[in-house]
Amino acid sequence: MSSQAENPTDVGAHRGAFSSRRVFILAAIGSAVGLGNVWRFPYVAYENGGGAFILPYIVALITAGLPFLLLDYALGHRNRGSAPLSFARTDRRTEGIGWWQVGICFMIAVYYAAVIAWALRYTVFSVDRSWGSDPETFLFSSFLQAGDPGVTLSVVIGVLVPLALVWIAVLVIMALGVEKGIGATAVVFIPLLILAFGALVIRALFLPGASAGLNALFSPNWSALTQTSVWAAAFGQIFFSLSVGFGIMITYSSYVGRRTDMTGSALVVGLSNSGFELLAGIGVFAALGFMAQASGVAVGEVASEGLGLAFVAFPTMINEAPAGAVIGVLFFGSLVFAGLTSLVSVIEVVISAVRDKFELTRLAATLAVGVPAAVISLVFFSTTSGVYVLDIVDHFINRFGILAAAVVSMIVLAWVARAIPGLARHMNLYGSIPLGRWWIVLVSVITPLLLAYVLVRELIEDARAPYEGYPAWMLTVFGWGSVVAVIVFGLLASRVRWRENTPLVAPDELEPLGAGEESPS
Amino acid sequence: MSTAAILMMLFAMAVLWGGLGLAIYNLTHRSSAPEEHYQRDL
Repeated sequence: MSSQAENPTDVGAHRGAFSSRRVFILAAIGSAVGLGNVWRFPYVAYENGGGAFILPYIVALITAGLPFLLLDYALGHRNRGSAPLSFARTDRRTEGIGWWQVGICFMIAVYYAAVIAWALRYTVFSVDRSWGSDPETFLFSSFLQAGDPGVTLSVVIGVLVPLALVWIAVLVIMALGVEKGIGATAVVFIPLLILAFGALVIRALFLPGASAGLNALFSPNWSALTQTSVWAAAFGQIFFSLSVGFGIMITYSSYVGRRTDMTGSALVVGLSNSGFELLAGIGVFAALGFMAQASGVAVGEVASEGLGLAFVAFPTMINEAPAGAVIGVLFFGSLVFAGLTSLVSVIEVVISAVRDKFELTRLAATLAVGVPAAVISLVFFSTTSGVYVLDIVDHFINRFGILAAAVVSMIVLAWVARAIPGLARHMNLYGSIPLGRWWIVLVSVITPLLLAYVLVRELIEDARAPYEGYPAWMLTVFGWGSVVAVIVFGLLASRVRWRENTPLVAPDELEPLGAGEESPS
Repeated sequence: MSTAAILMMLFAMAVLWGGLGLAIYNLTHRSSAPEEHYQRDL
């Protein structure tokens, strides 16, 4: 490692790197396009004005999603480090925010893997429609064997085995490294995801009743635009779907060549994510339209989101649809592809941080992070109470973990570290879209204010009534407990000293990029 | 489908998918700076 100390600009190279801009963009799309694109966006759009929702959604993309994505890219690309190292290189006082994000990613990884395991199992179930005529009873009673909300250590073998397989696959991918593991996974899985989901959408569009489903999704309710809840939903959807604010894009952008057009890349990634959400909306509501017609009810009565959409509504639809098994394999296979590329990105945030801090080899860091994560995941989420713990942790860590960390990071970067103008200058060196004063105003004032508003709304909602009626002790332990745990972890981890040969200044401060070069644009 | 629903679907497609096409065109049809040598996955 001595060479790193002699030439700090090589630090990025020693950490591993994507071989090209194309691989980086595919990996970033793989991270952004996840389960939420498929099972959250369609219902959120339907519930919040239908076709009219597209307007606040586009406004949210332009004023919050893309600016925040650019901020993450700028942080990682300029500092060429994991989230904690990038924050530390920006301002030593902000390192804890990076570790807070690392803690959030660890929490997400342990439960996200379980959902992928369910989707993996349902891909197989689709072949002979194992769920029978009552998919809801099958999901909770036969498959998950869930009893009343609580905590048990009674293992469900049908969940344990696919979950162990998911973790083995992830650990192999992570051990292979940035290019041969993460990059190769994205290069293979993203085209597969587009092909599988594209085929699903085409099949769904030819089902009887599909047009009724699309009509329900796209019929505009213009009066919804006057409701603040609709605008908050649009900002929330864009924020949660883009994988911004919790270290993933910081980490990935630190693996890209220093002369890469990061602003142009961000535009492609952001619009790919939203473009896929639109495709998912069309596919899901075409299928729901068929299901409504087959059941003789309105589309609104079968529309749902999340686990209910994926593991209850879709199996019900598959039971009725011609060639339903094919639809099932394509749908659940798509969830597996989308989920795996996202899970890989989440766990890489943790591995990258551990590698930077302790100078571990990739294999050692993969084992140090992956084995505990896999064990916790198997212990908590392969049991009969796994679905309840998962639901609670997911709800709290998304809203009061990711969202809170995002708001705090933007405010601190803009008003404490005063780093935004420097980050804009860095992005403008090779970026095709110049970041001017408009971007500085957005990420310093407007985006944090808008996201803070969404955060406060969520807090008020949770204060009014216990989430999903779960027992207070479960919400306290697994919900608020997770939120507090990642903050405490962030504070403690930031107290650990960096190794002596880890430079805590941005590489381009030591060797300025663009010095003596002509700008390519 | 109602006319309004069709128009909103086309509008969403034009903005998001058309925007993606333009973004890809912008990224690929632009002279890029030479990349430095990178060691991979050490």
